[in-house]
Amino acid sequence: MIEFLRRFFSAAPPSASAAKERLRFVLMTDHLALSPEIVEAMKRDLVDVISRHVEVDREKIEVTFERQDRAVALLANIPILSVRRPQPPEPPAAPPTRPRRKRTRRRASGTSPTEPAAAT
Amino acid sequence: MHLLSQNGDPAEGNERRATTGEITKLGRAIVVTSGKGGVGKTTTTANLGTALARRGARVALVDADIGLRNLDILLGLENRVTHHLLDVLEESATLDDALIPDKHSENLYLLAAAQSREKEDVDTEKMCALVASLRERFDYVLIDSPAGIERGFRNAVAGAQEAIVVCTPEVSAVRDVDRVVGLLGNRFRPQLIINRLRPQLVQKGKMLSVEDVDAILRLPLLGVIADEPQIIVTTNRGEPLALRRDGATANAYHAIAARVAGENVAMPTVELKKQSFLERLLRGGRA
Repeated sequence: MIEFLRRFFSAAPPSASAAKERLRFVLMTDHLALSPEIVEAMKRDLVDVISRHVEVDREKIEVTFERQDRAVALLANIPILSVRRPQPPEPPAAPPTRPRRKRTRRRASGTSPTEPAAAT
Repeated sequence: MHLLSQNGDPAEGNERRATTGEITKLGRAIVVTSGKGGVGKTTTTANLGTALARRGARVALVDADIGLRNLDILLGLENRVTHHLLDVLEESATLDDALIPDKHSENLYLLAAAQSREKEDVDTEKMCALVASLRERFDYVLIDSPAGIERGFRNAVAGAQEAIVVCTPEVSAVRDVDRVVGLLGNRFRPQLIINRLRPQLVQKGKMLSVEDVDAILRLPLLGVIADEPQIIVTTNRGEPLALRRDGATANAYHAIAARVAGENVAMPTVELKKQSFLERLLRGGRA
């Protein structure tokens, strides 16, 4: 009975969807012969480029691959925390080589989080 | 990367003109493989062979898992193995000596694997020749491949024209099947059997569904076998489940056999079985 109630109220997503997602990703990397390290590096570089213009949530970035007919598409979902205003007084105030951690912690509230950017 | 094989086109060479002038049809050599171990290749081979033999076909089962012989156990023939595959390949026994007639099914024969040898001992060309000679005598030659994608797998595949891949609804098994299908290439026209499906778990979203696996692998689906406790019981006894005339899982094997034979039968759906407490108790008692 307790088990029933527990199951009834738990809102965890079914594990089959997790399996499906993991499978899709693993098969894409298998087919592309891309190692997870390369995917990580791609993710890092993508984010570095985008963070020159807007502040993004590095913890919540999702990079996935999708089979579209014969081709494979790379889909990046990069939540934007805030659009950075140009800062005229200080010269190059925030160079892209700044330590990353600090930027991610400074989470601005009330920004639109998920705007998927797709690239093939 | 595609595997090399002796025969180019599977349709080619299916007929052989005997010296007397009449045309004898060569049998079909089908490899049962999966990449991952423990998904039920051997169980599938034993049951599919039994189901095909029950339809009146002449069937030879070849255990290509050298060093880990198991097909004899599933068929209950472990006490009758006197010669094995490598004896035949190395010409220390004839094919007639080594082919063990099945206990239960007429027209069903087993060529057992060598237990105390290694997969590397098999000569690929000789294996091809052996399968070719089996095709002359049988309607179906089912080759039970070992797990993995190394030498043992390549030898098992070498003489075959068709492939059946066995997959359980798990991430690792699907990934391995995907890899194996890539290695096989198009020539084998691999067909899929989804094994050990648990409909209750699928319904609760806790297991990949037939549709999920199908969407990812995109292979022609031969059939779906439920995770059925009776399989364990029949394995314990060395009597394949497909010997039975009724029961959902036995019927699923018979339907697969019919589809392999080219009949356009509907695929039985794996249904959620609602068991009463009493039923479960009785079932448990019998098993």
